[in-house]
Amino acid sequence: MLAFIKRREPFWLFVHSPSAMIAAFLTALIILGALFAPLIAPSNPYDLSSFSLMDGLLPPVWQDGGRSAFLLGTDDQGRDMISSILYGARLSLVIGLTAMVIATVLGVGLGLAAGYFGGRFDAVIMRIADVQLALPAILTALLIDGIARGILPTEIQQNMRVTVLTLAIALSLWVNFARTARASTFVEKNKEYVEAAIIMGQHPLRIMLIQILPNIVGPLLVIMTVDLASAILLEATLSFLGIGLPADSPSLGTLIRIGMQFLLSGEWWILWIPTVFLIVLVVAINVLGDFLRDIFNPGLR
Amino acid sequence: MAYFILKRLVQSVFVMIAVAFLAFSLFRFVGDPVSQMTGVETTVEDQDRLREGLGLNDPFVVQFIRFSSDLLRGDFGFSYRTRQPVAEMITNRIPATLELGVVALLISLIVGIPAGVYTALRPRGIATQLILMTTLVGVSIPTFVIGIMLIFLFGVQLGLLPTFGRGGTVHIGSWESSLFTFDGWKSLILPAVTLGVYQLTLTMRLVRAQMMDVMRSDYIRFAMARGVPLHSLYFRHALANTMVPVITIIGLQFGGVIAFSIVTESVFQWPGMGLLFLESIRFVDIPVMGVYLVVIAFFFVLVNLIVDLLYFAIDPRLRVKEDV
Repeated sequence: MLAFIKRREPFWLFVHSPSAMIAAFLTALIILGALFAPLIAPSNPYDLSSFSLMDGLLPPVWQDGGRSAFLLGTDDQGRDMISSILYGARLSLVIGLTAMVIATVLGVGLGLAAGYFGGRFDAVIMRIADVQLALPAILTALLIDGIARGILPTEIQQNMRVTVLTLAIALSLWVNFARTARASTFVEKNKEYVEAAIIMGQHPLRIMLIQILPNIVGPLLVIMTVDLASAILLEATLSFLGIGLPADSPSLGTLIRIGMQFLLSGEWWILWIPTVFLIVLVVAINVLGDFLRDIFNPGLR
Repeated sequence: MAYFILKRLVQSVFVMIAVAFLAFSLFRFVGDPVSQMTGVETTVEDQDRLREGLGLNDPFVVQFIRFSSDLLRGDFGFSYRTRQPVAEMITNRIPATLELGVVALLISLIVGIPAGVYTALRPRGIATQLILMTTLVGVSIPTFVIGIMLIFLFGVQLGLLPTFGRGGTVHIGSWESSLFTFDGWKSLILPAVTLGVYQLTLTMRLVRAQMMDVMRSDYIRFAMARGVPLHSLYFRHALANTMVPVITIIGLQFGGVIAFSIVTESVFQWPGMGLLFLESIRFVDIPVMGVYLVVIAFFFVLVNLIVDLLYFAIDPRLRVKEDV
């Protein structure tokens, strides 16, 4: 079996790395769960009529007093924990993925252009990147969020929370992509195939996107994975700080913040189940990132 | 060397001007200062008079210069929310954050450097594998979760340590310190560990990578062949040569410590600058946000200058270079 896979090719390495396989399995499982949350989840945590206070604070089913209708118990409002977590993970993943994609497009675009054209444009972009790199991502995100609060009128703000949060996270993560794309472009642009393309009179945009980009995808893929984990953590942290999403549309971070209120009172499941879920998700993505790094940069280890 | 330091000083001044400009733009363009200061019953004429009186109709550059000179004189304006002078609000909070940050950084160094050296020297040991695995998980666990876990374990389950606030503090001049009472230290441990853990993993990974690099170099092999005693080889020859990058990272980590102190202070209700910043974001208290940025940038620039100077103390080659 699997004899058709070439030895030492990425897929062969993947099949021979138990940690990468487990991580990929868990990530896929969580993503599928989040994707199909409306179908799988026993109830809809956003729909106030679907749960009642009477079912509040029920423990998970294996503990005394647990009911089989609520496998992982309920929170103080009577919301089913499984449903909250699935919907929360859905929100966290949507924000994390969107932020990561925006950061990738923005960062890779600027990095490619900076590396390809060099000169003053490069200098300006890299200066900005340096300054932002000195500021940790969480500070940048908090700041952008604060500015958005100041600029947007209050009525719009509530509806824009997800957008603002996503943009804040994206704008604090683009630097990694820009730097990597620029460094790789510097190396690539002096190679013969690029020179050939220039001589053929291809448009710079075409050279960047069709000639250079495919050749620098490897390291970018690693950063995408690592930054997806960062984006999810960043969102969770902001929501935990009460800056991110409001309690009526909870992400994983908001769920943990709500759970904190039960730290002292013994309803452990409200806090620890979302927490463990978040950690598993992030560890799995990070392990995948490490695996990809080993494939694309064997020298780093 | 003098030239190098001068160059760095000029750069630092430019960074500070840029940050002051950012803070100024925040103040000037995010929300209207006049409507923040006046109530609904203020007439339009009064508002205009206030606007003129505050100099908000002056040219942009004039306003910025006035803003900067106010900053230099320590006049940071007033908070929209509490109406107190911002300078007072911030200076009251600085000791708490600095003490937390410095202790966290010390934890990360005191544990991180030996752990890094050990894992580099015994790459196949069981302890090494264990430490490395722990750090991978450590990197993946967000700061606030580490904080919650520590609170749960030491505060709730064992009841050993307080879980919020600074405990007993002592005033030394205007500096409110929690480093001189037993109670203060008890309160400090959990937040400092929370803040230090992430930095610790970074320090450890870096020291380890540097050590492994150095151990492969020719002069170490030669020293081994010469029969230099092992502990002297490890610490005098090898570790000393890893110090330049490690010090750079400590400088960079300072930024991380400040940023994550926002999170840590929130988890432990630690009354520092981070908590103040968080409140100011929640209430769109622009003056406090702006000044926080300026103060943080100032610390940042200061630490990086010190780091640059330390290079000269640590690396004799740099002192020689200018003569060449």
